[in-house]
Amino acid sequence: MEAFTTHTGRAVPLRRSNVDTDQIIPAHWLKKVTRDGFEDGLFEAWRKDDAFVLNRPERKGATVLVAGPDFGTGSSREHAVWALQNYGFKTVISSRFADIFRGNSLKNGLLTVVLPQETVERLWQLTETDPTAEITVDLVAREVRADGITAEFELDENARWRLLEGLDDISLTLQNEADIAAYEASRPAFKPRTIQA
Amino acid sequence: MGWTLAEKVWDDHVVRRAEGEPDLLFIDLHLLHEVTSPQAFDGLRQNARPVRRLDLTIATEDHNTPTIDIDKPIADPVSRAQLETLRKNCAEFGVRLHPLGDVEQGVVHVVGPQLGLTQPGTTVVCGDSHTSTHGAFGALAFGIGTSQVEHVLATQTLPLARPKTMAITVEGELPDGVTAKDLILAIIAKIGTGGGQGYILEYRGSAVENLSMEARMTICNMSIEAGARAGMIAPDRTTFDYLQGRDHAPQGADWDAAVAYWQTLRTDDDAVFDAEVFINASELSPFVTWGTNPGQGAPLSANVPDPASYEDASERLAAENALEYMGLTAGQALRDINVDTVFVGSCTNGRIEDLRAAAEILDGRKVARGVRMLVVPGSVRVALQAVEEGLNKVFTEAGAEWRHAGCSMCLGMNPDQLAPGERSASTSNRNFEGRQGKGGRTHLVSPQVAAATAVLGHLASPADLSDADARTPAGAR
Ligand code: SF4
Repeated sequence: MEAFTTHTGRAVPLRRSNVDTDQIIPAHWLKKVTRDGFEDGLFEAWRKDDAFVLNRPERKGATVLVAGPDFGTGSSREHAVWALQNYGFKTVISSRFADIFRGNSLKNGLLTVVLPQETVERLWQLTETDPTAEITVDLVAREVRADGITAEFELDENARWRLLEGLDDISLTLQNEADIAAYEASRPAFKPRTIQA
Repeated sequence: MGWTLAEKVWDDHVVRRAEGEPDLLFIDLHLLHEVTSPQAFDGLRQNARPVRRLDLTIATEDHNTPTIDIDKPIADPVSRAQLETLRKNCAEFGVRLHPLGDVEQGVVHVVGPQLGLTQPGTTVVCGDSHTSTHGAFGALAFGIGTSQVEHVLATQTLPLARPKTMAITVEGELPDGVTAKDLILAIIAKIGTGGGQGYILEYRGSAVENLSMEARMTICNMSIEAGARAGMIAPDRTTFDYLQGRDHAPQGADWDAAVAYWQTLRTDDDAVFDAEVFINASELSPFVTWGTNPGQGAPLSANVPDPASYEDASERLAAENALEYMGLTAGQALRDINVDTVFVGSCTNGRIEDLRAAAEILDGRKVARGVRMLVVPGSVRVALQAVEEGLNKVFTEAGAEWRHAGCSMCLGMNPDQLAPGERSASTSNRNFEGRQGKGGRTHLVSPQVAAATAVLGHLASPADLSDADARTPAGAR
C-alpha cells in the first residue's frame, strides 16, 4: 500500500448525501477481475449529465473529493475505492462515512477524513466560489487546511500509523502466527467445517 | 455488569488483544463468490501465500449467473470470464465450490444457512455487505471488502475494532399481513440509513422471538441498510430446530456440547447497550419505499412525502432528488403507483417461506396485463422444494416467470434488469438509483405486497385484493 502523509490538491464539491457504492461504481463494472481500469465507471450515471460537477473543465485534475453525509453506503464493493483512486482522488472528506467503505479506503491508502458538516459546508462554499482553491489534508498534523479554514480531524492511532508507513495488514497479522495457531488449537470440536479435514 | 450477545461472541474470538491496536478476531466461516474474490486470490498468488483454512472456506456462484438457459454458455463474455476466474482460483487453491448447475448453488447468504454452516456463536464473513443475514443465528457476521477477503484467506483472522451495541426491541404482535420485511423497512425508516453506523444491532423482544428463522434472516439481512456493521438475534429453540439434521450441523455428543454453548449466547439481564430503540409491533402495517435509499419508506396507506416537510437540509435535498429520479409527485398516494415489473427473490426474500407467501396470494389469480413478474428462488435447494410443493406451477399459471436460482434482478449483473424508466416492486434490499438496471425505479416490498401488486398492477397489499381478482375459482386449476 502507498503511504499517505500529506496531500494538497484542488477539490470536487459533491453536494449529495447518501452517495451509495452503486453510484460510485455501478454493478456492471464489478465483472472486472483486476484492481485498475475503473476510472471511467466512477459516478457513471451522473457523468452522463454535462452539468455534473465532475464533468466541469475547472474540476479536471482535482484530487480531493468533498462529499455530503453518509458517503459510501450500501454494497461492500472495494471497487468503489479503486474507482476513486483510479480516477485520481487521494482523499475524501465527509461528515459521515459508511463503515465498510471507510475500512476499505484506509486499507488502500485512500484517506477518508471526517469533518463536521459545518466545515464541509465551508469547504463547499470555498471551492465552489473558487475552483482553483486548494485543500491540504495533513495526516501528520491531523489537520485539513484551506484558505481561511483550519480543521482538526480524528483517526485512530493504529490506522494512522499504518497509513503513514504504508504497511500491509497481512504481513503484520502473520507476525502473530503463534497466537493464531494457539487459538486454532483451542477451538471446540463442534465448530462447523466446510470440508472434513 | 453483564455482557451483550455481541460482546460475548466477539470476546470468544479474540486471538490477540493489545493496547492501542484493533482486536485480532478469528473467523469461523468464510463465504466466497465470484465478484469480490478475484483480486484477493491475485494478491495471494503474488505473495505466494496459501489459503490458511480450506476447511473454513466455501464458494458459490450467484451475482453473475443467468436465470434462464443455464445449460448454455453464458452469453456475456465478461460475466463468463468472472465465473471462470472463480472456478480456476478455487481449483488452484483447493477451495470447495458450488458452481452454476450444482445442487448446492445459490445466493451465498441462502446457501450458508441451509447447509447448516451458519451456526450460533460463530464469526462469519463474506465479501458482501448482506453477510449480516447470518446474524439471525446469533452469529457475528459482517460484510468485508476485497482486501479483507485476502486477509482472511491468508490468515483466517481480521484485525477489527469492536463496534458499539444497539438494542432494537420489538414488543407486541405483528398485525395480520405484516411481515419481517415490513418490520425492518419500518426500523430503517425510523433510525435512518446512517442510524446504525458503528453499531452491531441486536433485535430482541417478543415480536422477534416469535419469528421463524427465515423471517429473522430477512431482518438481519437489511441491518446494513441502516448502516450497521452487523445485526444479531439470540439463538433459541427455533434456531436449534432449524439447524438440527442439516449437513454441517454438529451431531451426537458434538450437538449436545454445541447446544449447551449456544444456550449461553444471550444478552445478560444487567448488560447495557450503547443505544436502544423501541418499536411497538402492533402499530406496524405493510411498508414500502418511495425513494432511492432504503430509509425512504412509508406505510403503504400513506402518500409520497413532500420534501419541503423535512427540516434537515440534506434530507430535503435527498428527498427532492429521489422524487425526481423516481418520477413521483409529493402527495401522490403510494397505492396509486403503477409498476411494470415485480421481482420476488434475493437473499432478503428468496427463501421457501417467501415463495410460499407469494404463491398463496397468486393461487387462482393472474398477474395484471402488462406486468412482468419474475420469481427467482434464492438457491437450487429452495427451487427444488418449491417444485415439490407445486409452487412453480402456481407462479407460471398466474403468468409469472419461474427462473433459476441466483441474485438476478436484485442488482442486475446478469441479463435480468429493468429498462430505463421502468418501475418495479421488488422483495430485494436496495432501491438505489440504477440498482436493478440503468434508470430503473425500485420500490422495496414484502413478498406478500409483491404478489398483490403483481395482481393489481399498482402497489397493493393482500388486503386490497377482492374475490373478483380471482379470475379462476380456487381449486379449479
Ligand atoms: S441477492 Fe442481492 S443483496 Fe443478496 S447477495 Fe445477491 S446481489 Fe447481494
